[in-house]
Amino acid sequence: MKDPERVVIAKECCKGCELCIDACPRGVLEMSEEINSSGYHYSVFANKKDCNSCTLCAVICPDMCIEVYK
Amino acid sequence: MKAVYERPRTLRDTPMHYCPGCGHSIIHKLLSQSIDELGIRERTIVVAPVGCSVLIYNYLDCDGSEAAHGRAQAVATGLKRARPECVVVSYQGDGDLAAIGTAETIHAANRGEKFSVIFVNNAIYGMTGGQMAPTTLAGQPTKTTPFGRDPKEIGPPLRMCELLSGLEAPAYIERVSVHDVKNVLRTKKAIKKALKNQIEGAGYSFVEVLSMCPTNWGMTTRQASSWIEENMIPYYPLGVYKDRGKERNAK
Repeated sequence: MKDPERVVIAKECCKGCELCIDACPRGVLEMSEEINSSGYHYSVFANKKDCNSCTLCAVICPDMCIEVYK
Repeated sequence: MKAVYERPRTLRDTPMHYCPGCGHSIIHKLLSQSIDELGIRERTIVVAPVGCSVLIYNYLDCDGSEAAHGRAQAVATGLKRARPECVVVSYQGDGDLAAIGTAETIHAANRGEKFSVIFVNNAIYGMTGGQMAPTTLAGQPTKTTPFGRDPKEIGPPLRMCELLSGLEAPAYIERVSVHDVKNVLRTKKAIKKALKNQIEGAGYSFVEVLSMCPTNWGMTTRQASSWIEENMIPYYPLGVYKDRGKERNAK
């Protein structure tokens, strides 16, 4: 089985509050151009190589959409 | 790769009804993590209030009871006295705890009931559409105070931690916030301590959490976080107001 990425975002439960974007000290996350089925722009794991699995995005995420692996 | 942050067992895998950027869902998550870490899911009873968090029983996979508006601590008193081996948590908002439930709150605290209270203060009535709460700040516009709350007419906002720390019986009173990562981690510690106090039989533990309500404040989630820092924290200072365990150790 392929290893999961460091940050796994469940895009359907994201409400686009952008709190994770502010929480990330390395600017790893971005908001999507597309919308999910609820009509929200969702958070995307974009700059993958800068991530060090610090979990801060997951700590602040109100909807528990983010899982972090190391 | 190993999971370093995943959904706590107590938090059900179901989408929450809260608005984007609401503090309630962060606090649900912290409560679930604390319940998991202490291994008390099988004997925890969460008393739900009336307010936005009325549906907390849909999200937490543990026992629960619904209470009439403001009466969560009266229900919690009954539960804890009948089943002292259970861990009883009363989860309430500011309209519930500080307005209609003030009498229940003060008397439960004064009796030193041995349960934990999580008080979510977002300075507004959320579920009913943004009316003024007792904790609404001076000058803050709401649906019922469109020109801002006038303390000369309605009185200044109620500070529950300060009010309750004047009583003799409570064991632990702290005010925390969830507006940024650092404070979320502090809130987690406070909630865990409140539950631990109860397991050890220390007595009434009260954690007030300053939380954002971007929808009813009429702000973006970012503005709401900085509004807590700039406006709420100066009036509602964070910190430990009472900690009998610590006082006992110091003696």
